[in-house]
Parts: sequence; structure tokens; C-alpha cells
Amino acid sequence: MASTSTTQDRAREQGRVRWELLAGLVRKDLKVKYQGSVLGFLWSLANPLVVLVVYTFVFQVVLKTGIPLFGFYLLSGLLVWNSFAGAVSTATGAVVGNAGLVKKVRFPLAVLPLSAVGFALIHFALQLVVLLAAMTVSGHADFAGPQILLAVPAIAVAVLFTVALSFLVAGLNVRYRDTQHVVEVALLAGFWLNPIVYSVSLVRTALEPHGLFWAYFLNPMAGVVTAMQRAFYARNPALPGGGTVLADSGYSFYLEKLGLGALVSAALLVLGLWVYRRMSADFAEEL
Amino acid sequence: MAEENVVISARAVGKSFRGSARATSLKERVLRMGHGTGERFQALTDVTLDITAGHTVGLIGPNGSGKSTLLKILTGILRPSTGTVDVRGRVSSLLELGAGFNGELSGRDNIYLNASLLGLSRKETDGLFDSIVAFAELEDFIDNPVKHYSSGMYVRLGFAVAVHVDPDILLVDEVLAVGDEAFAKKCLDKIAEFQRDGRTILFVTHSLDLVDQICDRGIVLDHGRVVFDGDPQFATGTLRALLGTAEPTVAPPEDPEPGLVFGDITIGDVPGTTRGDFRAGDPVGVRVELAVSAATAPRIAAVVAVVMGAGDIPVWVMQVEADALPTDRPGTWTVDFAVADCPPLYGAFQVAVRVDDVEGTIMGVTRSRDTFWVRSGQAVGLLAVPYRVRTSSGELEQQAGTSAGRGAG
Repeated sequence: MASTSTTQDRAREQGRVRWELLAGLVRKDLKVKYQGSVLGFLWSLANPLVVLVVYTFVFQVVLKTGIPLFGFYLLSGLLVWNSFAGAVSTATGAVVGNAGLVKKVRFPLAVLPLSAVGFALIHFALQLVVLLAAMTVSGHADFAGPQILLAVPAIAVAVLFTVALSFLVAGLNVRYRDTQHVVEVALLAGFWLNPIVYSVSLVRTALEPHGLFWAYFLNPMAGVVTAMQRAFYARNPALPGGGTVLADSGYSFYLEKLGLGALVSAALLVLGLWVYRRMSADFAEEL
Repeated sequence: MAEENVVISARAVGKSFRGSARATSLKERVLRMGHGTGERFQALTDVTLDITAGHTVGLIGPNGSGKSTLLKILTGILRPSTGTVDVRGRVSSLLELGAGFNGELSGRDNIYLNASLLGLSRKETDGLFDSIVAFAELEDFIDNPVKHYSSGMYVRLGFAVAVHVDPDILLVDEVLAVGDEAFAKKCLDKIAEFQRDGRTILFVTHSLDLVDQICDRGIVLDHGRVVFDGDPQFATGTLRALLGTAEPTVAPPEDPEPGLVFGDITIGDVPGTTRGDFRAGDPVGVRVELAVSAATAPRIAAVVAVVMGAGDIPVWVMQVEADALPTDRPGTWTVDFAVADCPPLYGAFQVAVRVDDVEGTIMGVTRSRDTFWVRSGQAVGLLAVPYRVRTSSGELEQQAGTSAGRGAG
């Protein structure tokens, strides 16, 4: 018996993800990105090393933030933020940029924002390896310890939040091209709102007297970034102006914040999927 | 053919698009609030079709008549504004050859990517890869980036991938026109192979000869409506008439006199019913409805119904003279012709109706909107005729109607 597909079934089928197709699209993006460049993939690995050297010089030698091994501290939070920002920013244009495909071929549309996330995730994994290698080579393999396991829930929350936001902005941008500008500004703001360049202890000092420190973690990336710093930077040295670099030397603090982030992300995922599904019915028409 | 199953079914499908002045930013949207959503363009209106498995259907019409929109709706890329669409089976659609190809990637990578978009797994593509490359005749270039391909190579690769998806239903939009003659022939051979396999093909084309050659049904769209659905020869004839490229016929259908209005012409088992499929020996009833004014009624001398085959060949003629007509009672007339035994024909037929006046001039001509099919025995020829054959090895009797099915072997 042939399979039946009514209009509704077909919409549902188009919403379903085919993993193999997703992998194919990510592979395509990787190939296209490095097509024709001599060093190819090495460029994405060189990037964190350059950041490491420049930021260490600027923030440790010139500006003197007082955070020891600043480059490693920075990268512990920066790599995950960059991948998040890269994925969301690519996802914003994922549907619009593939107009030719969306208008001419029927395929599960959910793969478009997801391929942006997959691409970012692969980059993240490789850059993380570079960071860990650099730490090991320089004799600061502080990440080797049980706290590194915090990276698992942290990355999980980061992926959840990225996917949720990617669906939302990819869908909205088809009808409202303002979205790409909003995303651009929001990501810039987000970079400074998250404790990447500075210590989260400073945020605690500022917000705790007002009882608002918990609200800071309504932004899931704040929890992710701090947990990643705990997992990889690992040490918790004192800051010259009082307090410590990390917010906490334990685990429960981070798990709590990640839990809050997961709840916010899950709610956003429901919203994002709903918006994407609603919008996707008319993608071919809107483009 | 009672076992025929409907694989594509569209019910009262309508599609409207917003006008070109679209608000694509929040600012515009806010500014335009309360000013309506702008004009809507009606691309399709009340399209109802059933396509049964194993048929090759040509979708034709003037530019902008909604053909591509309909194909996109059947593919599932566009959502109908009204009505429902039901498609059964694996669909492969070729709306644009090579849609989704990435110029930077090699032909090889693009085959995998495209096949994956169309629903094939990597493993399935591995198995089909050589056959795809051979079909596209790109053995020597398969590892070159497709941006260096000629347009012909591009198209060959796109078609090769799409036909290897192994669809039950193939939807094709005006893509057979591209490529050189040799490749066009190859595409047609592939389509013929699909036909033999009993797959369903629906294609949009501007090549009316192609419709005549390979389709067993033609659908004509005009301004988003189905204006004809039936025999391909009639379909192309209808379109040629629409486009004004019809070859002049001996008696061109003209507007009837003001006092004569043709109503429906229905074809069924008995007059007044409708049926689209007959076999030899079935009763056939044709009902003609006319509205006749008081001035016109007394002048009518005859109502003539002509059953016409492909190419407007008159097959048989039925007529009624004035003495049997209510010429003294103007208003709505119903004329019923009943045929007890349908002749052993094969093909699609239409009924044309002519009204003559006492001088023998034509007062009005019309033809039935629907065609009906008569399927009697073998497909070859208009008539199924029993005959005997004598060869050097003896005499045998051949009975018409012994093998069913058309050309499918």
C-alpha cells in the first residue's frame, strides 16, 4: 500500500529532520568554506591561537585585569560563545540564503537552521582541542580533573539554547528582514553581557546586594560560559581587588545555573519551533 | 478500469498570492497596519483533479496560467490557500534542474547532496552513483566543480539525479526543453521507461507536440482554472485555440445567435447522467440542453450531435429534425440521444452540437466540456474489429477485445 500524504502529513514530513541530510549539508558548508584555500582547515585552528596570544598581551600585559593566565580564562568562555554567536548569526540567513532551494525542492526545512548549528558545533570541538593542547603544552593542564565533566551539561544547554534561538530567528527573518539586524546588535551586546572578558565575581559583587544575581542567569549563556570556565580554566585564584576569578569552586552552583538555563532554553525551543513551523508553510511564497 | 487508484487528488484547490508590494520589514508592517494587506493575486481557482496511477499527464496553458504554481502545490512546496491536496507514493519533482547544486562543489559531491535532498540515503546513492554519472555522460568531469560545467552538463546531471530517485510519481516542470537533441531523446526514453513501469508522470510543457506524443491525458489551465481535462489531442487543440494558433477548421465554432444559448452537454449511460468511461456494448446517452428565444425557436430546422474522436474526426452523427422539436415552445429544450450499444471504439471522444436553420446555415455550434472514453480491447486503432488471419501455417480467428490495457504490453 502506497503511503498517503495529506496536506497536513506533508507539512509534518517537511518538519521532520533527516539526519543524513543534515550531515550532508554540514559537510557541504565545511567543504565550501575551505575550498580553494591552501591551508584549509588549519585556519579555524589558527584562529584561537591568535586570539590567545593577542588577548593575553592586551588583557594581561597592557590592561592588567589581574586574572592569571588570562588567555586560557578568556578562551574557556569565548570558544563556546563564538560558536553560539556564529551559529545564530548563520541560522538567521539560513532560509533566506537558500531561497533557490526552498522554492524549488521539497525537503525537510528544519535542516536549514540545524545545519548552521552542526557546522558551529564541529568548529567548536576542533577549537576546544586546540585550547586543551595549548594548555597542555604550556604546562597548565589544569582542566585535567573531575570538574571537566561540567562541560557535558554546559555544552548540552548551549546546544539546546542555540537550536532554540536558531529556529526562532531563521523563521522570523524570512518575513521580517529586520531580524538579522536585531540579531547582530543582540550578539554584540551579548558578548559583553556574558562574563567572558571579565570575571563573573564582578557581576556577583554588583548584583548580589540587590538580590538579582540569580536573574543574571536567566540568560542561558551566562550559565554556560561560567560552567565552561570552571570546567577548563578550572583554577579559582583570588582577584587583586578581592573575590575570586570564578564564582564558585564547587559543582552545585553551576548545575543550578545550567538547570535554570535549560528551562529557559526549553521554553524558547517550544516558541522557536512553533514560530518556525508556522512560518515555514509560506517560506516558498515569502522568499 | 475499476482497479485504477488515484495517486494525485486535488479538491477545489485555490491559491492566491499577496500583491508585489509586500511589507518585508517591521517598519513597513507597522506603517501599513489598518491599510489592508494589499491586493491579492489569484493564481489558481477551484482546481479539482484526480490522476490515477500509471498515467502520463501533460499540464499546458498560456504563460502565467498557474501551471507551475499547481505543480509546486502538488509537490508540497506551496500550500494551497483553499482546498486540499492528497498525493500517494514517493514523489520526485523536477521544478528546476540542478536546483540546490553548489557551484563550488564537484559533480560527485553535488550528486550526494542533491540525492540526499530528494530523499535518498547515502547508501542508496552509493549504489546508484555509477548509473547517475553514466546517464549524465559526465564520467570525465565528475570531480570538477560544477561551476565549470556547461549549462547542458548541469542540466544532464540534474535530470540524472532526479530520475534515479525511483519515484512513483514524477512531477516535471518544463525541463525537457533544455539540453541537446541527443539528451532530450534520452530523457524521453527514460520517461517511456517510467511509463512502462506504470509510474505516474505529470509534466508542464510548452511543447504541444510532446503532449500529443507521450501523454494520455492533457489538462489545460487558463487564468488559474482548468478549462479542459481529457484527451491530449483535444487539450492541445483547446490550448491552440486559446493562444490563437489553432489551424483554421472547416467550420470554425462561432458565437451562436443571440436567441440561442447552449446549456450543458452531458454524456452518461442514459441521457441526463454522467459517465466518463464506456466499453463496447454499453448504452450511451447524450443530453443536450438549449435555451431558445421565441424569435429563434421557429427558425430551427435541426439539432445535430456529432461524436468526435481525436483530431476532431466525426465518428458518428445523430440528429433530430424540426418536426420532433418543440419549435412552438421557446424556453429550455432538452434533446436526448440514446445509443443502445456503444460501438467497439478505442479512445477519447467529445460531442459537438450544431443547430441549423431552415436554410441550412449554422445558427450555433458548441462542444461538450468533458470527454468520455471508450475502451474496447486493444489500443491500436480507433475501432476494435474482429478479424481472421490466414497464414501459411493455417487459419486462426482473432477476437477483438481479448487483451486489455493500452500499449502497456
